[in-house]
Parts: sequence; structure tokens; C-alpha cells
Amino acid sequence: MRDNPQSGHSNPTRRAFLLTTGSTAAATVIAACVPAHASSTAGGADGPNIEGAVPIRLRINGKDRQLRVDPRTTLLDCLRETVALTGTKKGCDHGQCGACTVHVNGRRVNSCLSLAVMHDGEEITTIEGLGTPDALHPMQAAFVAHDGYQCGYCTSGQIMSAVALLKEPCGPDDAAVKELMSGNICRCGAYAHIVAAIQQVRKNV
Amino acid sequence: MHTFEFIRPADAAAAVATAAQAKTAQQGADVRFVAGGTTLVDLMKLNVEMPARVIDVNRLPLDKVEATPDGGLKIGATVRNSDLAHHPTVQRDYAVLSQALLAGASAQLRNMATTAGNLLQRTRCMYFRDTAMPCNKREPGTGCPAITGSNRTLAVLGTSEHCIATNPSDMCVAMAALEATIHVQGPKGSRAIPIGDFYLLPGSTPNRETVLEPGDLVTHVTLPAPRSGSNQVYLKLRDRASYEFALASAAVVITIAGGNVTQARIALGGVGTKPWRSREAEAALAGKPADATNFRKAAEAAMRDAKPQSENKFKIELAKRCLTHALKMASTA
Repeated sequence: MRDNPQSGHSNPTRRAFLLTTGSTAAATVIAACVPAHASSTAGGADGPNIEGAVPIRLRINGKDRQLRVDPRTTLLDCLRETVALTGTKKGCDHGQCGACTVHVNGRRVNSCLSLAVMHDGEEITTIEGLGTPDALHPMQAAFVAHDGYQCGYCTSGQIMSAVALLKEPCGPDDAAVKELMSGNICRCGAYAHIVAAIQQVRKNV
Repeated sequence: MHTFEFIRPADAAAAVATAAQAKTAQQGADVRFVAGGTTLVDLMKLNVEMPARVIDVNRLPLDKVEATPDGGLKIGATVRNSDLAHHPTVQRDYAVLSQALLAGASAQLRNMATTAGNLLQRTRCMYFRDTAMPCNKREPGTGCPAITGSNRTLAVLGTSEHCIATNPSDMCVAMAALEATIHVQGPKGSRAIPIGDFYLLPGSTPNRETVLEPGDLVTHVTLPAPRSGSNQVYLKLRDRASYEFALASAAVVITIAGGNVTQARIALGGVGTKPWRSREAEAALAGKPADATNFRKAAEAAMRDAKPQSENKFKIELAKRCLTHALKMASTA
């Protein structure tokens, strides 16, 4: 998009485009299936007003969010679908790949194996809460500097794990880092660069 | 995932009262406790577990690690695996437990998984996890396709013609060697169950894995006072270096005086249908010189009754070498 700054069109990102068309499509489907009042939010809480939905409060990236979630909703789906924070990725959805890694009360967890209702009142940090494109978290900058990704799908989970690792007991050598990062799978095989990025940040901390 | 009612009880008594309404506490229970969610949520997504009610025990005051009056350790049901592994008392006095915990799962999962949840961890047998397949553990009477199918990772000890599913836990293997006691609060009061009596062999009812009844809530685990002068090792062998279940593992707590084994506590993982305490191996070592010959004899004794399946015969020799090496590591520590 930045290649064409002279374009007279607005510059929609791929994500913004998908979000817009996605929500339009969803609204169409909902309108066709349920009474209009059921699709609107009630009581200032985001989330579908469906039978059995439970009100919860999550503090996400420093902001309080009043939400209503079906008890079946995983923390991952809540973040992506209800709160529209799509930086956290769904890979295996069974706790085997680590793409969904977020921090709950400062500790890294697999958000796919946790129900959102279990986290009422808790503090969640996602990749969106680490840095911004203009002010990257040191770990994000190190991943860029060391080319710690190829397709990028696992990257937000890798970075969330790596940032948590900085506060965990971990030996100084690469083997210790590899052991503590083993819960994050990278099918492109960027492991060597990921370890280098993490070690650089650990040296500077 | 099927719908369920989410319940956050005021206290343990309320949790027990609600859970006591279930028809069973075993496979297919209509009421389930959830803590970390790493097993239950996974199996609910697969429709292997379909509870109508889920009781969140995370906010109950069961998250402490405390010394007991007799010099042992009391570990709360919801203590996270990572916290237990790094607890200074566990690292100092129960190293085999710390090592086993850190050999299991990933850093993220260890931050979620709890003591009681790990005790009740379910098998990774692919037929159990796939509702398109028959499975005597999931649906009694439907058969065991693993016996004639893919069984490379499954059990060689404690199996039956109805089920050969492996118990996947590392923590429980260490706890078996440490002779842990599991404390349960139930509708009729509290009781203490030695870990050796907690798990059931599959027999003709592989759907029943433990002695737990409806309403039984694991509140904590106690470990006896550490054996002074004991050396402890957990050795885990697997298909990749990390983040993988054991093909074979060994937990060893051994005391050696004057070159002779004065006491040994031994348990095996990855090879049994439950965390496998080997009294045979312990007896083979008692009073004997701590040397390679006797370590191998102990390993032979441990696997004497092993029954291989079509794809997992290698596990018998692998488990023997695993235990022999663990004993060597412990005797030279």
C-alpha cells in the first residue's frame, strides 16, 4: 500500500477490507436469523446477546472491556471475534502449536485451551499491547532485525512467548531458550533466527 | 463444542455439592471441574467430553504449597505445574518432581496445568480422541481398534484386551516414586488415597480410570518427608527433544550407603496404563551393590510382565535402558 502514495483512492489495508466486508456479511446473516434487537449490544457490553451468554470484564492491553460471551468461547475466539484483536492467531486450536499465546496476568498461556469466562476480571496482554508500528517492543524489533519469521503466522505467538521468557528462569545458552520456546511451532523453520533475536534482547536487558 | 452451564462455586463445599449430582465422575461425566483447561477444553472441543455443567475451581483457595507438620509437603490442587516445578522446596527436596514437571508439555501449558488436573490427565491414544472411531474407554463395548491398529506409542504394562491406552503424565510418575497421597473432599467427607490406590487398571472397564466418585474434588496432594541422602532423577525418552509425550520415562529415588542400595523407589512412565510404580525393580535392588549389573537386573524385573503390541515392542527394551540409565545417573549424582 505504501508503494502508491499518490493514489487518489483511500488505501484500505487487507485487514481493514476483510473486517469491513466480514462484519457486513455477518450483519446480513444475523439479520436473517434473529430479531434485530438480539444482534445489538446491550448494557454497553460487546458480544452476541445470545441465550446463556455470560457478562465478563477483561482488562485487555490496559483497557477495561465489558463483554458478553457464550461460556464455550475460548479466550482466543473472544479476543479475535468479540474484541476484534486479530493479532493473536489460531493455529491448531488444541494447545499444540503456540500461535495463540497471550499473557494472562503477566504469564504466557495458550488462549485456545482457556475459556474466556474463566478470566473474568483478569489482565490480558496480546501482541497489540506490546508495541506499535512506530514504537516496537524490543522483542518485535529484534525479530525484524534477525528475520525471525517467514510467513509470519506463528510470529505473534513466538513474540508473546519470547517476551514472557525474559521474566522466567532460563539458562544463558541457546539450548535453554530452545527448550522454553518449544511450545511455539514454526513450520517455516525460522527457529535459528528466532533464538538469535531472543538472545539479543536478553543480552540488552 | 456442546453447550454447558458455567458455574463458579463460592467454596469447595458448594463445588462438591454440585458435582455430587453427576451420574459418574469418570468418562462422560455430566459435571466436570475445570482448572487449567488444558485437558478438558481440548476434549470438549473434540466432543470426547460433553459435560452439561462445568465448575470453575480456579478461585477456590487451593493454590498453596506448604510444609506439613511431619516434614512433608502439601501441594494445593490448583498450584500450576510451572510454580510447583520452580518452588524452592520442591527443587531442593523433591528434585524428581521438579524435573518431571519441566519435562512435560510446554512453558505455556505448564503455566495453565494444575496439580489435580495433571493427576487426572487423559490418554493421548488417537482412537480415544477421535469420536469417529470405536473406543472402549470413550464408549464401553465398542471395541479397541488400537490393538490391531496404530499402537506405537501405547502401553505395554497393565493393558487388557479392552484397552492399551498409555497414561501420558510425567508428574504422576514422579509422584508415584515419591509415594504421594491424594486428598479428596467428597459428599461423605474427606479421605486420603495413596497414589498407588488412586488409578485403576483398564481391565474390562477402561472408562473407569480412578477411584473418584461423583462429587469428589481433589483438594491437595501430600508428599512424605524427603528421604535424607536420597538421589533423585527423572529421565524421559521421546521422539523429539522437547514438548512431546514420553515413549518411556523413569523416576528414581534411591539411597546408597557403602556402595549398596539401602532403599529404592522406582516408577515408569510412557509404558503403562497408569503411572507405573515398579516394586519388582525396587525389590531387585534392595541391599544390592549399586552397579550396572544390578541396575539392568532391576530393569529386567520391571518389564518382566510387559506385553508388546504390533508396533511397540521396542518400548520394552527402551524402558529397560531408560531405567538402567536413570539408576546410573542417580547413583553417580
